[in-house]
Amino acid sequence: MAEFVQLLFAGLTTGAVYALVALGFTLIFQASEVVNFAQGEFVMLGGMVTVFAYNAGVPLPLAALLAVVVAAATGTLLHSLAIAPAKGATVVTLIIVTIGASILIRGLAQIIFDKQFHALPAFSGDEPLRVFGAAILPQSLWVLGGSGTIVLGLWLFMERTLLGKAVRATAANRLAAELVGIDTRLVLTLAFAVSAAIGAVGGILVTPITLTSYAVGTLLALKGFAAAMLGGIGNPVGAVVGGLVLGLLEAFAAGWISSTYKDGVAFLVILLVLFALPQGLLGRAAVGRV
Amino acid sequence: MSLLEARGLSIAFGGVRALEQVGFTVDRGEVLAIIGPNGAGKTTLFNVVTGLYRAHGGEVRLDGRDVTGLPPHALAARGLARTFQNLEIFFRMSALENVMVGRHLKERRRLGAELLGLPSVLRENRESRARSRDLLAFVGLEERADEPATGLPYGALKRLEIARALACEPRILMLDEPAAGCNPVETEEIDRLIAAIARQGVAVVLVEHDMRLVMRISDRVLVLDQGRRLAEGTPSQVRSDPRVIDAYLGRHGVAAAHAA
Repeated sequence: MAEFVQLLFAGLTTGAVYALVALGFTLIFQASEVVNFAQGEFVMLGGMVTVFAYNAGVPLPLAALLAVVVAAATGTLLHSLAIAPAKGATVVTLIIVTIGASILIRGLAQIIFDKQFHALPAFSGDEPLRVFGAAILPQSLWVLGGSGTIVLGLWLFMERTLLGKAVRATAANRLAAELVGIDTRLVLTLAFAVSAAIGAVGGILVTPITLTSYAVGTLLALKGFAAAMLGGIGNPVGAVVGGLVLGLLEAFAAGWISSTYKDGVAFLVILLVLFALPQGLLGRAAVGRV
Repeated sequence: MSLLEARGLSIAFGGVRALEQVGFTVDRGEVLAIIGPNGAGKTTLFNVVTGLYRAHGGEVRLDGRDVTGLPPHALAARGLARTFQNLEIFFRMSALENVMVGRHLKERRRLGAELLGLPSVLRENRESRARSRDLLAFVGLEERADEPATGLPYGALKRLEIARALACEPRILMLDEPAAGCNPVETEEIDRLIAAIARQGVAVVLVEHDMRLVMRISDRVLVLDQGRRLAEGTPSQVRSDPRVIDAYLGRHGVAAAHAA
C-alpha cells in the first residue's frame, strides 16, 4: 500500500508537469496547427531564469514571475520572428522551424547560464508528509495544486472570455475568424505567449524536485508530445489526461519493472498510439474536406 | 463621396494579369452585381477589396478614407463583411454559435468581469444570443439554430454565412456567389433576403452567375472580362450590350436575363 501510494504521487507529480507541457502543445496546435517542439525550452527557461534570478538575490516569488515573463516574451518572439514570417509554409516546415528554434534557445541558455544542474529550495520545506505510510514531498503538492490552478484558469479563459473565444474561433477556421473581425495574428501571438508561460510555470514548480539545467527541455518536449498524442492532440482535456497517465505509467514502470526503462515508456506510448489509436484517447478522428 | 469606392485596382499572379485597372463604387441601400465569365477576376476583385490579396496598384476607400491593404479583421471593424463562394463556416459549432461568433466585434472586452461571469457579462451574452436568433430567423434558419453546422444542407449554409456576416452589423456586405449550387426555391429565398438587406440601408456587392437573380435585384451591374471592365450600367443596359452578349451572356443567357 505504502509503495503504491508513493508511486502514485510520484507519477501524478511528473504527470502534472507533462500535462502542462502537453497543454502548451495543444494550445499552439489548436490555434495554428503547428506542433511546437520548442515547448520544452519554455519549461527549461522557467526553471533556469528562476534559479539564476534567485541566486542573484531576487526574492523567490519575484524570480518566478520574472521567469514566466521571460518565457512568454520568448514565445512571442518565436512566433513573430520564426513562425509568422513563414506564413503559408507547410506544417512540416513549421515543425522543423520550431526544432531549430529549440536548438537555438538551448544553445543561448548554455552560453548565458551554464552547463551545471541547479536546484531551487522547496517552496514550503522539505519535511515529507506521511500519507498511508508513503512519504510525500510538500513540493509535490505545489506541483499538483499549481498545475490544477493553471488548467482551471485556462479553461475559464477559453470558455468565458471574448479573447478566449477568439482563440477557439481562430482554431476552428482562421479565415472565418478573420472575417468576423478577429485579429488572428494577435490570437496566434497570444497562444504562443500563454503556452510559453504555462510551460515556464511547470518548470518553476518542478525544479525543487527534479533539478534543472539548460538541456532539460528536449526530453520534456518529447514526453509532453507523447502525452498530447496519448490524450488526442488538440484536445486540452486529453492533454491533461495524457500527461497524468504518462506520468503514472513511468512511475509504475520504474517502481515495478526497472527504473532503467523509465524514459522508454514515453516512446513506447508514442508507438502504441500511432499503431493502435492514432486519434488518441479523447481526440476526434481527423475530418478532411475535399 | 461613395460609401465604398475601389479605383484602378490591379493585381497579377505570375504572368497572369488577374485585374487591370478595375474599379467600382457602391452606396447605402444599393445592390451592385459583378458578373463575367469564369476567370474574369470577380472573386479576385473581392479578395483584393476585402484585404485577402494585396493589390499591386489602385486603392480602396471606405467613407472616403484609404483602407487599401488593411487586413480583413480591420475592414470588418470598419463595417465591411463578406461571404465566400466555397463557404467558410465553423463546422464544429452549431448554427447559432456560428452567428454568435459574428458578434465578436459588438461585444465589449472586459477580461476580469468575463472570468468572474459577472451579471453584466451574462446579460451581454444573452443579448448576443437573442440577436443571433433574430438573424437566424431573418435568413429562415430559426428552426435549425441548435443543429451542428456540419449537418446543414448547402443552401442553409449559404444563408448561415450571410447571417454571420450580418451579425457584425456591416454597412457593406459582399456576397460571393450567394446562390451558387442552390435550387430555384433556395435562389428565390436568397433573392428575397438580399433585397431585404439592401432595404435596411446596407450596400450589397455580389458576384453571381444566376442571371435571373442578378437582373431582378441589382441596381447596377459591372461586367468583367479577362480582368478588365467590359461594361457597367443598369441591368437593362447591360443585357442588351452586344459586347456583354458576346463575352458572357450568349443567346441563352440573354433569354434568361430577359425572363427576369
